[in-house]
Amino acid sequence: MKSWDAIVIGGGHNGLVNACYLQRAGLDVLVVEKNGWVGGAATSRELTPGFLYSNCSYVCSLFRPEIMRDLELPRFGLQVISYEGGAVFTRDGDYLANYRDHDAHRREFARFSRRDAEAYDRYSRDVTRQCRFIQPLLMRTAPDPTSFWPRDLGELLYLGRKFAGLTPEEMALTLRFWTMSISDFLDEYFETDVIKANFALSGIIGTALGPMSPGTAYVLLHHYMGEVDGSVGAWGYARGGMGAVTKALAASFQASGGTIRTGAEVDHVLIQRGRAKGVMLADGEEIYGKLVVSNADVKRTFLKLVEEKELPDVFLRRVRNFKIRGSSGKVNIALDSLPEFPALPKDSPVYRGDMHFTDSMERMERAYDDWKAGRWSADPFLDMVIPTTLDPTMAPPGKHFMSCFVQYAPPKVNGRDWTDADRDGFAESVISQIAEYSPGFRDRIVHMEVRTPREIEAEVGLTEGNIFQGELTFDQLLFNRPVPGYAQYRSPVTGLYMCGSSTHPGGGVMGAPGRNAAAEILRDLAKPTKHMSPAHDVI
Amino acid sequence: MNQLPTLDASAARAAAQSHFRTLRLGTPFQPRIDALARTNDWYNWAGYRAPHSLWDEELEYFAIRSQAALFDISPMTKYRIAGPDAEAFLNRVTLRDVTKLKSGRVHYTAWCDDDGFVLDDGTLFRLSPTRFRLCSQERHLPWLLDSATGFDVTVEEETEAVAGLALQGPTSFAVLRDAGFAGVERLRVFDLAEFPHDHGTITISRTGFTGDLGYELFVPADKALSLWDRLILAGELRGIRAIGYTALNRARLEAGLIVANADFTTSQHAIRADRLRMPDEIGLGFMVDLQKGHFNGRRAIQGARAKRRLRHVLVGLEIEGNIPAEHAIVYYRKSQEVGLVSAAMWSPMAKRNIAIASLARPFGDTVVDDLWVEIYAMRELQYQKLMKRAKVVQRPFIKLDRRTANPPADF
Repeated sequence: MKSWDAIVIGGGHNGLVNACYLQRAGLDVLVVEKNGWVGGAATSRELTPGFLYSNCSYVCSLFRPEIMRDLELPRFGLQVISYEGGAVFTRDGDYLANYRDHDAHRREFARFSRRDAEAYDRYSRDVTRQCRFIQPLLMRTAPDPTSFWPRDLGELLYLGRKFAGLTPEEMALTLRFWTMSISDFLDEYFETDVIKANFALSGIIGTALGPMSPGTAYVLLHHYMGEVDGSVGAWGYARGGMGAVTKALAASFQASGGTIRTGAEVDHVLIQRGRAKGVMLADGEEIYGKLVVSNADVKRTFLKLVEEKELPDVFLRRVRNFKIRGSSGKVNIALDSLPEFPALPKDSPVYRGDMHFTDSMERMERAYDDWKAGRWSADPFLDMVIPTTLDPTMAPPGKHFMSCFVQYAPPKVNGRDWTDADRDGFAESVISQIAEYSPGFRDRIVHMEVRTPREIEAEVGLTEGNIFQGELTFDQLLFNRPVPGYAQYRSPVTGLYMCGSSTHPGGGVMGAPGRNAAAEILRDLAKPTKHMSPAHDVI
Repeated sequence: MNQLPTLDASAARAAAQSHFRTLRLGTPFQPRIDALARTNDWYNWAGYRAPHSLWDEELEYFAIRSQAALFDISPMTKYRIAGPDAEAFLNRVTLRDVTKLKSGRVHYTAWCDDDGFVLDDGTLFRLSPTRFRLCSQERHLPWLLDSATGFDVTVEEETEAVAGLALQGPTSFAVLRDAGFAGVERLRVFDLAEFPHDHGTITISRTGFTGDLGYELFVPADKALSLWDRLILAGELRGIRAIGYTALNRARLEAGLIVANADFTTSQHAIRADRLRMPDEIGLGFMVDLQKGHFNGRRAIQGARAKRRLRHVLVGLEIEGNIPAEHAIVYYRKSQEVGLVSAAMWSPMAKRNIAIASLARPFGDTVVDDLWVEIYAMRELQYQKLMKRAKVVQRPFIKLDRRTANPPADF
């Protein structure tokens, strides 16, 4: 019976990144994926003829360039098209745009507040300082503070030195930044509600917290650490949809000799005497491997794929208590023509960027209130993009694909499971919001896919549909992600590793968890890691 | 969805939307400058399309020193500060003693954050006992407004409303006189006065950024073109020429003047904490007036002086030879790295190779001997590496009597 060197459960971007690095180290790697396609939450699906849907993740920025380079993703077809702007529409028929040009950005803000327009530089300086502190940590395994291994001590020392290198003021700001609410943080710079709402959205995306909840400032930082081809902070569309990222990863993996099996759902991990031996598929087939890596989130991995008796009590309790709350949904729409927004000039670059309708902090917080009460938001927060304004490969000529990320959507509605009627009501809250700013919008809809946490969990496998595989709050970061003592991609089961976004440094289509996990696995196998680029310097 | 009241739409706000189509604005003088732009060599000055040069950067420089040069300073940030407490407010914000600045006078000043690090330098114009204009490189509206709490004062940005021109050079006085600005001969250095122009008034001050005889003129944007035409007409026989920034930058270096975010990094833009600078570290210590009472950054500056925690010093250097040492590293005994040159040129006026450099104390402060700069001169795709001796010298590098002569000379 064949025994693979490694079996990766789940063909999401982190599973594929991990598999690529292991395969390139000379291991014989198998990826098993339950769906009939790979991609996890980074997919492009033709759900109606002629239209490709980025039906989960929808924009690209965080993916680490070091990984793109190591795995030759440009050669395997990955192109990222950056966009130039975005906007929040205001209820008085205007909008507040974000432009890449510094002075255009300032003049745009000055339309609403001259003071806040000039406050942007200081805001930008402080956020940049924080990003520079965090960024080098993304591509390093977090130290285990309870360990006395030289490497852990070294990493702790690195962290300590970085922190000690800050001035007292910076230290104070860093601690505040990691723990405070995005609303409080923005109050230190801006006075105008719509300008604060404009920035606050990065603090709540994917998070079951409102803009006034502590911890949301860090989430904003997480969204600022990306780049597109060296342009720091830029966001873009993967040509061909987000599936292009995982398509390139799969092609890179297969080109180096790796094997992918789709339509192969894992029922559980085979464990013998505390050691992972392989996986059993839902149809009863057993596949053997010397080690198993799970791309699934920590809850799915240890509460569904591993028998409880194999795990220590404390670990199990912490996994159960890991916060991975469903907070968002998606409405993906095929349009027979480009929607019009009367507020926007026809030649505005905003059409090609991210659009929002939540123009005040209070509306944002109210939307969260609905979530707390177990309802989807009556007046939801949308992050809406039309990638086909820059990428003609996703829809027939003249037609468009629109992606709406929708917040908030609770994992259960009033304590019960989502029904189809709930799903339709959720979709209506989105469509009616868009239609309010875009007359005739409903008539342009050709096809629509609505994904509540129920659909996302069922298809993608993300527990409660949480896009980050766990909240990015400070209690669940660094050496506490996913749970204390297991932040280095290993688990209580020998030979069973984690490589998904539940692990450090967290969610988004970044690839760093998959890469860092591969480095730890290769270390355990005493294999060289010369094919892995170190993190870029931040000077 | 409609539980919240609709906000008031502002027609003016909606009308301003179209700015995204023009990323670099023209100044009120742009039609005249565009007509003279032979080189089409533009740069971005605070969101405006400004010329590096217009026709010949060498000759433009000589227009400053031998004729009269017209330079558009409209993109400079300008704040109108007025009210019964304007003097007290500015005394609190800036380093120098504003009570000593009389109406009709201008002074060069700087302001710091609460940690004593320099936010910017600029010029403060006292237009009347209660009205001021503050001109600077960077933007400071939030800082000024936040600092105004408790003062009876208004702060408004007037960069777009007020156009500005620098008229600099030996014939500049004669040009203004011939243009009919009666009484301009009475302006001494750092004086300002109002003059009638085109059914309105303009402000003329005897100030500038060249170390030469020169004036700055501030005019409402809608009267800008008529002022330009009036000066060009009057200056025709006095050699008046429009110039770009490259020429001006040379003149300012000869005058030993520093530029924010070129010779030092302003504190609101410094991402790296060790780039912050106190006034004493960039040659502006003379402005700090500890006698005048509290001002922003006072305690920090006093503390740093007492504890000798001033780590840098900005100096003028005279370097042997004639190869400019731009952005060269400064060494002590040819081996120990002690600083960096931020601006350098071979000065046609001083006939010397000059530079402004920031050094780590004690170098440039108490240790001034045995300093060297390493010049990487790119010549036909090869670096000619030169190690040249540098001498710390006083700024300005040139001193022109005509700058301060009263009455100004009629060239």
